[in-house]
Amino acid sequence: MESLQNVAAGFAVVLEPTNLLYCLVGVVIGMLIGVLPGLGPAATIAILLPLTYGVEPVTAIIMLAGIFYGAQYGGTITSVLLRLPGEASSVVTVLDGHALARKGKAGTALGVAAVGSFIGGTVAIVGLTFLAPVVAGFALDFGPPEYAALALLGILLVSTIASGAKVKALIAAAIGLLLATVGRDAFTGAERFTFDSLSLADGIDFVPVAMGLFGLGEILYNLEERHRAVHAPGKVANVWPSRKDLKESSGAVTRGSVLGFFLGILPGGGATIASMAAYAAEKKRAKDPSRFGKGAIEGVAGPETANNAAATSSFIPLLTLGIPANATMALMFGALLIQGITPGPQLVSEHPELFWGVVNSMYIGNVLLLIMSIPLVGVFVRILRVRAAILAPVTALITMIGAYTINNSVFDVLLVVVFGAVGYLMKKFGFEPGPLVLAFVLGSLLESSLRRSLLMFDGSAAGFFTRPISATLLVVFVVVAVLPLIRAVRERRAAVPAGATAAADGSSDGASAKNREEESV
Amino acid sequence: MDGSSNGRPDGSDGAGAGGADGAAAVAPADPAQALAEEWAEDAPPPAGPVANLAAGLVTAGIGVLGAVTALGLGLGTLNQPGAGLWPLAISVAVIVLSLAQVFIGRRGGDGEKFSRYSWLSLVGLATLLGLVALLPVIGFEIPALVLSLVWMKFLGGESWRSAVLYSVLVVGVLYGVFVGALGTNVPHLF
Repeated sequence: MESLQNVAAGFAVVLEPTNLLYCLVGVVIGMLIGVLPGLGPAATIAILLPLTYGVEPVTAIIMLAGIFYGAQYGGTITSVLLRLPGEASSVVTVLDGHALARKGKAGTALGVAAVGSFIGGTVAIVGLTFLAPVVAGFALDFGPPEYAALALLGILLVSTIASGAKVKALIAAAIGLLLATVGRDAFTGAERFTFDSLSLADGIDFVPVAMGLFGLGEILYNLEERHRAVHAPGKVANVWPSRKDLKESSGAVTRGSVLGFFLGILPGGGATIASMAAYAAEKKRAKDPSRFGKGAIEGVAGPETANNAAATSSFIPLLTLGIPANATMALMFGALLIQGITPGPQLVSEHPELFWGVVNSMYIGNVLLLIMSIPLVGVFVRILRVRAAILAPVTALITMIGAYTINNSVFDVLLVVVFGAVGYLMKKFGFEPGPLVLAFVLGSLLESSLRRSLLMFDGSAAGFFTRPISATLLVVFVVVAVLPLIRAVRERRAAVPAGATAAADGSSDGASAKNREEESV
Repeated sequence: MDGSSNGRPDGSDGAGAGGADGAAAVAPADPAQALAEEWAEDAPPPAGPVANLAAGLVTAGIGVLGAVTALGLGLGTLNQPGAGLWPLAISVAVIVLSLAQVFIGRRGGDGEKFSRYSWLSLVGLATLLGLVALLPVIGFEIPALVLSLVWMKFLGGESWRSAVLYSVLVVGVLYGVFVGALGTNVPHLF
C-alpha cells in the first residue's frame, strides 16, 4: 500500500505546473534534436546541464529524461522521410520506413512508429514501476565489495558492447578512471595529479568534462562534415495509421516492447542495440522475410517500439543501483550528483518524490510526444529547413556561456574547450567518448569501494570471492573480459570461411559508420 | 595495406546488427546491404595503421606519466592503501591496453583520416579559444558576434547577408536570455 501512495504522490509532483512545463520543454527539445541530424541526445543533455543548477532535482531530471526519450521519437521522422537517421537508434528504421515513404505511405510509417513508441515507452514505464523497487530492495544489502564489482562490470560492459574498437574503448575508460583521481585523495588528503594548480585541487568537475567531450567535441566534429544538402520534404499527409496497419504491426509492437525493455536494463544495452535486435527478430519471425527492406510495416514497428522501451528501462540500473547503463545515463548520474543526490538503492526510499516524480513524468511525456508525432508532425518536418551552418554557432555559444554560469569561472570554460578538442580528436582516432565519461563518473565510487573493501578484507583480494554477490559479479567480469580473447584466437585458427564472414561484417559496418552518435550504446 | 581490406575488421557494433545483416546476406540485391554499402562509400576513409600507432603511443605515454606520478605519491600496502596505489593500478592498465593496441590491434578501430575540411574544426577551435581569452576582458557580446560571423560565413558558407543578420539575431537572443531573463553573471559589455 505504501508504494501505491508513493506512486500517487509522484503524480502530484508531476502535475505541479513547473514540472509539467519542464517536461514539455524536455520532450520538445528531444523531438527537435531527434529530427536534426548531428547533435544527439547525449550532446544536448551535456550542453544543457548548467540549466539544471537553478531548479529542483526532480524538475531537472524530468526535463533531461524528456530530451532522451523525446529524441527517440524525433529520430524516426528523418529516417522515414529523408533516409537520414536523426538518431543512431533509428538507423534500422530507414530500411523499411523509407521504402514505405517511397510507396507514398510515409504517413503510415510515421504513425505506426509513433503509436509503437508510445506503447513501448508506456509498457517500459509500467515495468520500471514494478521492477525498480524490487531491485533497489535487493541492492540495499550491497556493501563496498559489491559496489566495486558492479562498477567494474558496468564499465567493462559499456566499453565492450559499444560500437567501435573494444581495446580503444577500454583505454578510454581507463583514462576516465585516471581523470577521476585528479584532486585531493579522500582517504589520505594527498594531492594527486594537480600539478600545484589551485583550480585542480578539488578535482575536475563532471560538467565541463561532459560538456566538452559530448557537446563541444560533437560540434567541432560536425563542422568538418561536408554539410549534406538536406531537402526539406513537402507536406506529410495523413499520419493516422489505419486499423489494418495497427493490426498488422501489433505483434511487432508487443515483441519490441518486451525485447526493448530487457535490452535497456543491461549495462551497455540501450536504444540502438534494442532497435537492431528487434529488426533482426522481426525478420527472422516473418513468413516471407524478403518483404523486409521493401516496406514491411513490422520493420518499422518493431525497432521503433523497442528503442523507446529500452530508453525508458535503462533508467532502472541508474535509479536502483546507482550504476549508469550507458553514456546518457552517466549524464543523468552527473546531473543528480550536482543536485547533491547520489543515485543508489536508497533513492526510492529516501527520495520517493524524485523517483516517482521522474517515473510518472514519463507517462505525461509520452502522451505529449504522441500528440507531437501525429497531428503536429508537419511542424517538426519544417525544422529541417534550418541550416546546420546557422545552428552550429548557436549551440557552441550556448555551451560556452552555459559553462561560465556554472561557477562564474573562465577556467571552467577553458576546460570545456580543452575537453572539446580532446573529444574531437578521440572521434577522429576512433575512441568512443562514452566509456570515458562513464568511467569518470563512476571513478570515485569505484576507488573508494575498492579501498574500503581492502580494509574490510584486511588487504586480501580473495575476500571479494567470499561474498556470493561480489563473487558472481567478478566471475561475470572475468568471463566478459576473457571470452572475446578466446573467440579471437579461435577465429584466427579457423580462418578458412573468412570470406563469408567478411561480407556479413562489411554490411554491418556500413550501418555502424552511420552511428555517429556515441550515445548509441 | 590491411586498412584497405575493410578498415574495421572487428565489426563490433551491436550484436543485433550482426544478426540482421547475417540474415540479409543471402540476397545480393538486399536493400539493407545496398544501404550499408552506400553509407560506407559516403563515410570518410578510416584513420589507418599509422594513426592507430600514434594514438596507442600517446595513450601509453599518458599511462607512463600516470604511473610515475602515482609511484611518487606512495603506494602503501594492501591493508593500508596509499594515495598512489589505485592511480598506479589504472595507469598500468592504460599502458597494457595501449601496448596491446600498438602491437596486436593496429588494424582495428574506426577513426577517420584528417581531410582538408579538418581545417574548419581547427579554425572553429581557435575562435572558441579567442572567446575564452576575451570573455573576461570585454564581455561576451563582441567575441560571440565575431565567432558567429566566422562560423556562419567562413566555416558554413552562408552569404554575408544572412551571416550578419543571423549573427546579430543570435547574440541579441543570447543577451536577452542569459543577461535579461536568467540574470546570470556572464561578463557583458553593455
